[in-house]
Amino acid sequence: MTYFLQQALNALQLGSIYALIALGYTMVYGILTMINFAHGDLFMVGAFFCFLAATVLKLPFVPTLLISMAGVALLGVTIERLAYKPLRQAPRVSAIITALGVGIFLENFTLALNPYPQHIPTLIANTTFTLGGVSISSLQIIIVVLSIALMILLDLIVRRTMVGMAMRAISWDKTVVPLMGVPLNLVISMTFAIGTSLGGAAGVMYGLAYPVIDPYMGIIIGWKAFISAVVGGIGNIRGAMIGGFILGAVEIMVAAFFPSTYRDFVAFTLLLILLIFRPYGILGKPRPQKV
Amino acid sequence: MARRWILPVLLAVGFLLSFAIPQFGLLDLYVQLIIMYVGINIILTTSLNLINGYMGEFSVGHAGFMAVGAYVASILTVSVFPSNLAAWLFPVAIVLGGVAAGLVGLVVAFPSFKTRGDYLAIVTLAFLMIVKSVIENIDAVGGPRGFLGMEKLTTLPWVFFWTVLSVWVIRNLVYSNFGRGVFSIREDEIASDLMSVNTQQVKVIAFVTSSFFAGVAGGLFAHVLQFINPRVFDIIKSTDILIMVYLGGIGSLAGSILGGTIYTVLLEVLRPLGVWRMVLMPLVLVLLMIYRPRGIMGLREFRWFVPVRDLLASQLWRQAKQKEVGDASSAS
Repeated sequence: MTYFLQQALNALQLGSIYALIALGYTMVYGILTMINFAHGDLFMVGAFFCFLAATVLKLPFVPTLLISMAGVALLGVTIERLAYKPLRQAPRVSAIITALGVGIFLENFTLALNPYPQHIPTLIANTTFTLGGVSISSLQIIIVVLSIALMILLDLIVRRTMVGMAMRAISWDKTVVPLMGVPLNLVISMTFAIGTSLGGAAGVMYGLAYPVIDPYMGIIIGWKAFISAVVGGIGNIRGAMIGGFILGAVEIMVAAFFPSTYRDFVAFTLLLILLIFRPYGILGKPRPQKV
Repeated sequence: MARRWILPVLLAVGFLLSFAIPQFGLLDLYVQLIIMYVGINIILTTSLNLINGYMGEFSVGHAGFMAVGAYVASILTVSVFPSNLAAWLFPVAIVLGGVAAGLVGLVVAFPSFKTRGDYLAIVTLAFLMIVKSVIENIDAVGGPRGFLGMEKLTTLPWVFFWTVLSVWVIRNLVYSNFGRGVFSIREDEIASDLMSVNTQQVKVIAFVTSSFFAGVAGGLFAHVLQFINPRVFDIIKSTDILIMVYLGGIGSLAGSILGGTIYTVLLEVLRPLGVWRMVLMPLVLVLLMIYRPRGIMGLREFRWFVPVRDLLASQLWRQAKQKEVGDASSAS
């Protein structure tokens, strides 16, 4: 039982990181109906910004987090302006390929500047508590609490502010909303900024939890977060959160109770089965095609 | 139309060259290797183009089919076939590798009936991860350590033969009645279902053919590299193939050939740049996508690939269009 609870904590930690990244995917998809495949690599860049801030600028945790989030947000908005904006009217597949290309560019640019995996110094004092046989580290608590705080903040922004209302409106009908006086490009840029900054925050937390970072770590995590966004129902913010936690839970539990080499196999088979029975994701709504 | 004999002649010359080059050492061994990789990539690109380009789906799992073909062909030549006959039975191994990949493609075709677009991407991605995971867990083929011991059975003539065969088969498939079904699914799946196109059958056949040739390419790849492990066939490889398809042009066989060739050659030519080559390459790709979203060839096709009947039909259509415009302008 304690083993199960221990693994449940690990699942919470991993799940919250996946959920934060999945939120970035879902927000961009909700607005632009485009999958930003470079998001996983933006997560990786966030981790590297954290490394730079911690080692070169020698800042403590909170400024590092803020700088990484701001830096990734800036990068995300730049990418959107340069690479995605010209393709808003183009066929969807070219936007996807462009996103893949941007992702590969980010990976290899980071690799070119920085060929060795780096180690992030400890920014949070990592004390371990024991509660009923389960050992909880303060780092885990901070990661989970911070992620949930960020998600609640996002939910508030989307549901209670004008910008959020504009985002939701654009996801319903992109052509009419600019006619109503909403600055389309500005709202899209803000969506990218918010979504990618969440990915950057996830990068910082991942870097603190698993301190060795390398330029290619964003690929697999990015695709897994994409799957969790789809499982939750892509375009749906709450769905992305749920999907992230589900995938984290499935992965950790499979690794805990089965031989760990079967982890990917079982996790993806379960996801496939879920998608077969609920093809639009858990909270997704089927988009009926009008003939 | 009178010059249609040029293509068979070119093919014959190419075939002879593919024997002559290794025999007489006309080209550097490195260049020969690159040509073989180009051929393998062309097979991969044309087979993926059938699903992603002509049929308009979004399949990301092509490396998985390649992996199945590579492993099956390698196991056959290394462990199953007697070693002195391995070179003679090589085509059998490749074909069986392709068949195995085709069977796996059959499995992937079924989820595609209900899902489209991004959801199909997930399904194919999940399947790719599953294949990779299964291979990693089978210790008999080396698991994560990889599988080696293959002889270098892939030669320039074999690569040439399989490349030409795959392009020929897919070209014939695409310009047949079946191919029209494939196009119609891309344009509007519901409408084509209403118009008595058996979408399920078309999808199944397209997936199986595509994965068969991906398996063939995998078998050839395994026998030129002489070592395979599951990490080679991961999402990065799938992304490479996707890039080649969209670079060359979706829905165009000449585009696939062009895309496969340009990508492979460009990667080699830029090798002196070191790690910056992989920084430059995606930039070039992004610029290309912004200024030419449908790829280099777009939906256009090389004239010699299109059957005469289709060429005549498009000519007639163009003439009718011009006449219509002429009538309208003279009437006004």
